[in-house]
This record gives sequence, structure tokens and C-alpha cells, in this order.
Amino acid sequence: MQNVAREMLPQCQALEELGPAGLKASLASMLLIRAFEERVDQLYLAGRTRGTLHLSIGQEATNVGALRALKSGDRFFSHHRGHGHALAWTDDPRRVMADIMGKAGGFCDGFGGTMHMADVKSGFLGGNGIVAGGLPLSAGVGLAIQLRAEDAVCLVFFGDGAANEGAFHEALNMASIWKLPVIYVCENNSYAMSTPVNRSLNVETISSRAAAYGFPGYTIDGNDFLEVFDCVHAAASRARKGDGPTLVEALTYRIKGHSRSDRQAYRSREEVRRWQEPDRDPLLRLESRLLHAGVVDENEVSAMKVRTNARVDDAVAWADAAPLPDPSGLMDHVYA
Amino acid sequence: MRELSYREALNEALVQAMDADPDVILIGEDIGTYGGAFGVTRGLLDRYGTMRVIDTPISEAGIAGACVGAAISGLRPVGDMQFSDFITLGMEQMVLQGARMRTMFAGQVSVPLVMRLPGGAGTGAAAQHSGSYENWFVHVPGLKVVMPASAYDAKGLLLSAIDDDNPVIFCEHKLLYNARGHVPEEAYREPLGVSRVLRQGRDLTLVATSMMVSLALEAANQLAEEGIDVEVIDPRTLRPLDETLIVQSVIRTGRLLVVHEAVETGGFGGEVVARVVASEAFDYLDAPPLRLAGKEVPVPQSEVLEAAAIPQMQDIVRDARKLVRNQV
Repeated sequence: MQNVAREMLPQCQALEELGPAGLKASLASMLLIRAFEERVDQLYLAGRTRGTLHLSIGQEATNVGALRALKSGDRFFSHHRGHGHALAWTDDPRRVMADIMGKAGGFCDGFGGTMHMADVKSGFLGGNGIVAGGLPLSAGVGLAIQLRAEDAVCLVFFGDGAANEGAFHEALNMASIWKLPVIYVCENNSYAMSTPVNRSLNVETISSRAAAYGFPGYTIDGNDFLEVFDCVHAAASRARKGDGPTLVEALTYRIKGHSRSDRQAYRSREEVRRWQEPDRDPLLRLESRLLHAGVVDENEVSAMKVRTNARVDDAVAWADAAPLPDPSGLMDHVYA
Repeated sequence: MRELSYREALNEALVQAMDADPDVILIGEDIGTYGGAFGVTRGLLDRYGTMRVIDTPISEAGIAGACVGAAISGLRPVGDMQFSDFITLGMEQMVLQGARMRTMFAGQVSVPLVMRLPGGAGTGAAAQHSGSYENWFVHVPGLKVVMPASAYDAKGLLLSAIDDDNPVIFCEHKLLYNARGHVPEEAYREPLGVSRVLRQGRDLTLVATSMMVSLALEAANQLAEEGIDVEVIDPRTLRPLDETLIVQSVIRTGRLLVVHEAVETGGFGGEVVARVVASEAFDYLDAPPLRLAGKEVPVPQSEVLEAAAIPQMQDIVRDARKLVRNQV
């Protein structure tokens, strides 16, 4: 089967690196994010989640493609729209769901919630509620990796809106002059809350800004898992060699509103529908590529979907049963 | 007894910390060849190289963020804000990231960093280079705030701050850098969260921070000649504040005056007064507790205006007299 795939997926680093099993796992991960987020959306409407919600639906290929390109020992920062990253990295929907519901037993035990999940030991250095908040932090992680001569990289996700924060400039400049092993993955989902990208910057691409710092920038199809994987993998190789940072702008689309309070008056239903069609939807695209290449067959995909739904059911049940945090622990983590 | 300046004491603390622990690194503007805007890091670049003495672009959010990121990766960065005022450009990284991260992540990270803030007025540098911002940080759970007033404490508290597994805001005063005092050679630690009685007295408890400590001691000497016996206490760590010594002192003296350079409204003096009034010392108060602090104005440049804006030694003497003579 691998030979068939090689023929059908020419020049694809993802196949080399992941193999058919890894590609299948990647599809499963993307399916999980989609099903999980759709369930979370319903749970929000039913009043069973706590706080706001920023859903990853539509951005699964960027989430999974970028993180699958990392190795054990690597680290990454997420942002406010981070359920997809958390699921892609930890594959632990129970704990992600517990965090969203404000229960104990998640990653942040009722302190962080939807925007602040982290699994630090595994290299997931956390979500962030501040736009561009993770960018300066990545410079410090890069310095630590460099000082200790570790074979590791630090990836930082941010959105198109973050590219207009001052922190973006400071962080990318620092990473460049020090040749830090950092990969900047801009998930350009077309809107900074309600403001379209083309009203926020007067250049064609965010990636073109990399030139100002003296390192490469690429704009890629963020809804193409294979393209995302390959580009981030190449950026990681460059960082590991000590050649410094790369800016990857992954063009994608947020299918749901910015947060649950968003009435989406700034875009048409037609536009959203267009991004859900088979030639754009990241799940349908990877599924069709893998079917076509013979990496999976229809039966397997159906089985994956059944299993995914069961996992989401299980996650909800688990999080439902999880206890609320104990208020006596309120002050436990303020100081080390 | 060996004497060093406050500047030399800080430098020696950095050297001893960096010699003892390869994870201690310095991050800031002009800290390498230049030696820091106030000379505190002089010689360290030659000694430890560019990997550990990291000169940065003029990017304060970047400096704060790099410190936090390095700290959660197991290093012990000491950041240098050049002027305390510039931390305003790094507040988000310092406070929303550095101070909050440990709780947000339910204790998964420690953030062992020190952010050095050279602050204070008295140099004619006007309103953007003369600020005292300690209470901005006193208000933030997750941070510790340290404010040494002597060369001895500068070294001992900086070594403790570097050892500490939490983000520590280290408030230095620019006018103190040349102040000399006894500083032992060994790498001694002065514990965080412990205040110190600098002078014992029966009539009045005078709590002072940073630059105001030496003025308070001077004032106490002058008042002694008038028969007024002043007890001077330096809290040294503003968060966490251990008010025990202050409360015990007020029980004995019945009077409290708090002096600091930062403006009065929302300042540290309010916190000290509130804690004393809410303590068992309340019943022993013979006069309302007073605050003497910076005037409610951005620090001006001209000598006379600047002096009018921040407490002077004679102001302390005046307020102490008022309190002791029950003229409040």
C-alpha cells in the first residue's frame, strides 16, 4: 500500500515522515477536532460550558499538520483558539472537555479553561488569552534551547490579528538576530474577530513581513494538511540546523464565529458555505487524498468516524462526571 | 569591614549567582559592553559571554517575554529594564503572562525570574525616567516585590530573588547606586518577606522604603536631638509583606508614619496603614497613622520642582513632630 501512496502523493514529506499509519492518525486527529468542537458548540448552547469559546472548526489541517511536524522534546505555544492544538497534541479529549466545563481533572483544573490549557511536560506550553501573547515567550524558550544546545524547536501559533501587535515585531526581530530555533505559524483565518485581513494590513501577505526580519516566510494553503506538514517540517529542520526562524502563514478559514457571542454580520453565509465545500474543507480534502492514494478505504474512514463520535461521547461523559475543583485549593498555585 | 557601593553589591550578587549556577542568565538593553545604563552589569559580558549576558534590541515587551519564556524552560533569567518606567512597555508579558501563568496552568510551571527596575527621582530626568512603580506590582498576585535600600540588602536580597522560584520585581533606586555600606564577601542571602528594624525607638514607628530609608534615619537622628525617639523599619519586601514587626512596633510607640517616594494615592503606605489599623495595634494608636509620599504630579525636571514633588528629610521631621506632639 505504501508504494501506491508514494505514487499518488509525489514529493510529499508527510508520507516519508509519517508513513501510512501516521497519515491515518492525522486524519483521525482532524476528525476528532471537528466532532469535538461541534459537540462543544452544542454544549455551550445548552449552558454546560463555562466562559467564552473560540472554536477550531475549519482550521484542523493547520492544527494537526503543524503539530505532527514536531518531534518529542519540541515545544509549542497555542493561542485563544486552542482546542484543536490541545487535541492534536495530547489526543486527550476527556481532559480538554473537563477544562472547557470548568471541572477538575483537566489540564488546568478549573483555573485556565478554554484559553489556557497546557501540558507543559509534553511540550505544550499553553494557550493564551492575549493576542500575540505567546510570541515574546517563544524567544525565551528559543534562548533556553539554544543555551543548552538541545535538539529541539519551539513553534508558536498566532492569528492574523496578532501580526499587527507590537509584540510580533519585537519577537520576530529577536528570533532573527539570535537565530533562534522558533517556527512562527500564523493561522490566517481571514478575520481578526470581525475585521477582515485586507483591512488590517496593506500588504498582500503576512509572510512577506518575514523579509523585514531577514528570514524566510511562506504563505501556504492552510487547509491542505500535507502542505502544512511539509512546510512546518522544513521550517523545523532549518531551526534544528541552527539556521534560525521561519514564518509560515497558513491560509485557512474560521467556520464558526469568533466566539459564541459573534452574530457574524461582517460576512455572508454564502462565503462560509463556500469554505465548507469539498475543495476547501480541510477534512474532506485529506480524506479524499488518502482515499485516492489508497492509504485508507471507505470502510476505515467510516469506522474512524464512528470511533471518533464514541470518543467525544466518552469525553463528555467523563467531564460530566468529573468533580468541580475544590475551592480550598484556590490559592494553591499562586506561588511556587 | 569591607565596603561596597550598592552598584558593586548588585554586581557581586550577579557574579556569585552566575558562578554558582549556569542557568542564571542576564537579558536587557546595553547590559554587555556598556555595562548597563547604571553600570550594574559591568564586566559580566567578558566573564560570561554573549550566551549568558544577552544584549537585546530596544524591545521591552520582548525582554519581559524572553525572561518569562526562559524561566519556564528551566533557566533563571535576570532581566534589566534600564529604567523602571520602561516596564510599562512590558507590562503585558510581565503581568498577564509571567505572573499569571502558574495559576492559569494549575501549577504546571514555575517562573523563576528577576526583573530589575532602576527607578526613582532625583536625577532631573523628568516624568518618563523618574517613576516609582512598585505598587503597580504589589497589586499582582503571583509576583514578589523587593526594594532594597542599602548595599548590604541589595546583594543579599538579589541573591535570594534569583534563588526564588517565582517572578520577583526588584526595585532599585538610581540615587542609591553610589551609596556605600558594609557588604560581606560571601554569597549571603537576605530572606524575602522579612522586614528589618534599622533603629529602635519609643515614640514613633517610621516605616520607609528605598531612598526614603536613609532620609528616615537622618530625620530620626535630628529628632533624637529634640528628644523624640523614632523607630525606623524597612519592610524590604513589599509583596509578600510581613507586617508583624511594624504591628509590634506600633503597639509600643502608638504612632505610625509611612514614607515613600511613589505618589500617595493607591501607594504602599495605604497598605501599611490599613494593615496596622486592622491589627491588634489599633487599640494602641495615640494618633491617626500618617503617610508622607510623592505629590500627585508627574515628576518634574527642575531641581526645585522635583524636590517639591518628593519627600525630603525635613518633611519627615515635620510630620514626625506633628504626630508625636499630637498636632494631627
